[in-house]
Amino acid sequence: MTTLAEYRSSRELFNHLTLRELRSKYKRSFLGWAWSLANPLANTLVYTVVFGVLFNVHPQSGGPSHLKVYALYLLCAMLPWNFFQTSIMGSVGSLIGNGNLIKKTYFPRELLPASTVGAAVVSHLIEMGLLVVVLVCFGDYWSLEWLPLTLVLIALTAVFGLGLGLLFSVLNVYFRDVEHFLGIFFLLWLYATPIVYPTRLVAGHHFPGTHINALTILKINPMTEMASLFRSTMFYGSGADWKALLYYAAWAFGALLVGLRVFNRMEGRLAEEL
Amino acid sequence: MGHNAVEVEHVSKMYRLFKEKNNSLKATIMRGRRVVAEDFWALKDVSFEVPKGETFGLIGENGSGKSTMLKCLTRILKPESGRIEVNGKVSALLELGAGFHPELTGRENVFLNGAILGLSQKELRKRFAAIVEFAGIGKFIEEPVKNYSSGMYVRLGFSVAINVDPEVLLVDEVLAVGDEAFQRKCLEMFADLRSQGRTIILVSHSMSAVQNICDRVAWFEHGEIREIGETRDVIERYTGSVQVDREVDEEGHTRWGSGQGRISKVELLDGAGQPVDRLACGAPHTIRFHYEMSEPIAQPVFCCYVATLAGHAVTGPNTKAYGAVPDKLDGKGYVDIHMEQVSLLPGTYDLSAVLCDYTLFKEYDHRQNCLRFDVERGSIPEDWGVATLTPYWEVVPER
Repeated sequence: MTTLAEYRSSRELFNHLTLRELRSKYKRSFLGWAWSLANPLANTLVYTVVFGVLFNVHPQSGGPSHLKVYALYLLCAMLPWNFFQTSIMGSVGSLIGNGNLIKKTYFPRELLPASTVGAAVVSHLIEMGLLVVVLVCFGDYWSLEWLPLTLVLIALTAVFGLGLGLLFSVLNVYFRDVEHFLGIFFLLWLYATPIVYPTRLVAGHHFPGTHINALTILKINPMTEMASLFRSTMFYGSGADWKALLYYAAWAFGALLVGLRVFNRMEGRLAEEL
Repeated sequence: MGHNAVEVEHVSKMYRLFKEKNNSLKATIMRGRRVVAEDFWALKDVSFEVPKGETFGLIGENGSGKSTMLKCLTRILKPESGRIEVNGKVSALLELGAGFHPELTGRENVFLNGAILGLSQKELRKRFAAIVEFAGIGKFIEEPVKNYSSGMYVRLGFSVAINVDPEVLLVDEVLAVGDEAFQRKCLEMFADLRSQGRTIILVSHSMSAVQNICDRVAWFEHGEIREIGETRDVIERYTGSVQVDREVDEEGHTRWGSGQGRISKVELLDGAGQPVDRLACGAPHTIRFHYEMSEPIAQPVFCCYVATLAGHAVTGPNTKAYGAVPDKLDGKGYVDIHMEQVSLLPGTYDLSAVLCDYTLFKEYDHRQNCLRFDVERGSIPEDWGVATLTPYWEVVPER
């Protein structure tokens, strides 16, 4: 009875906090929501010029869509990655940013990282919607057949982001280094993931002086599967690799489990540490 | 649990005081396993119960643990050991408008804050008009709250918290803010909540407020409860123990207050204005407070509390209730409380004289039981109880 009422009020509070996040983000800026698109567009431009033009990287073609445009190849994995990264980085700042709320009121603290991720989901869905429109215009063939699977992928990415967001947000309260560390970590992680380049580009390479194949790193990295899964449903329009999906889902829910456990263990002293 | 709204059992709370507050990874690694921290027990084995419908006060000096106790009750802080059970919907007034986001409008913030306090969307929509009305914000409700004056901010925060319709209301010294009209509204709201049988737990430094509102009081000292009991008794002993701004006057009565103004003398006068040492029941009399202000005081309020020797409150008129508050008083003078007919029945009574500010919270001078007087039998032929209704009788047999 109580838990049901608690769940209901938590859900409503989650909605409110998410809405607050969305409303306050672009308040008092002239272009408002348009800014959420400006960043990925600028990124795409830079990567397209550097990798697509200067380094002459071409996406593998194949699949029913016959798409060859590097910018679209990039965006199909880049937008989910950005979503993943903003979810986590936003969560990490959410506890410290709402210190006053934590010190003066009580509500389930998980809602702060969760609402940050919630707001990121909304922005991400808008971006992906626009991308779908562009893909349909460019492709020989673009089927909506795999759209439901894309939604599942977005949900998994949100779960993954929430798990790491919970973990790092609470750690960041105790060690403020976490935020700075993550900035560098995400830069390295981005390049350890085949997002701006296709996998085959690194296939034969070894790390200098070692026998470690670069491909091994990519194989372990769950975001490699994330990138290839999003590309197969959106860019190629071919079906998903179910084993990859399972692997990615295992990582996502594993992260959520660890994140929740650590968060629950450490949230007791939040009001004092902030 | 049954009839208790709040149960606190053996609760202890520890704060970790770091010698060098440094939450960086480097510092932790350099320190190794040695933790340079000092444990400070803000609450030590505290237990008490508050029955439903009671107004319970937490008093004590700064740092005695009463605010920590309140934060544990709201679940903002988690005690190291012990059990806390709160029965019913809780609303806390720790800092008004704490959850407001400056860029959002008043309306958006009301909904957000209401949700934090556990109100559903539907309930909020129903109460929205009442919340805005009570806060007296008017059309500013559509403005971002960063444009609000501090008074408006606080009023809106209070209005949301109070309209949550809490079964248990936790209040931390918030009544000290806001203008007088709003404070009056707050006090009325508290009275309303009390009469509806809601439980209120109040932290306050203002003994007159505690005395006016609370049924029972817990006195905190160094994280422990020193005494729990009837408001009057506990306050008497608490103020007796607090050495600061408290003294014993010439006749050995307890006296405290900030001292900008003082009640220098209390006199009893008969109907002709001559000093007397006793009153006669049913006869005209006057109680006269002589005052001396050492600096101009805006809107001073004089209160006259009368109690029986056993300590039961009988009556407590003040100049605010009767709308007789001057804009400003300075220097010397006196205040008369005229009675056409003394309604006290024969017996002995204690009179306390208080000079305070318009909120009744800040006391300039509080003379506890400074005058003990007798009432003798006069024109009224009654002797049961403490007061008379000054009746006249009519017997009407049915034909």
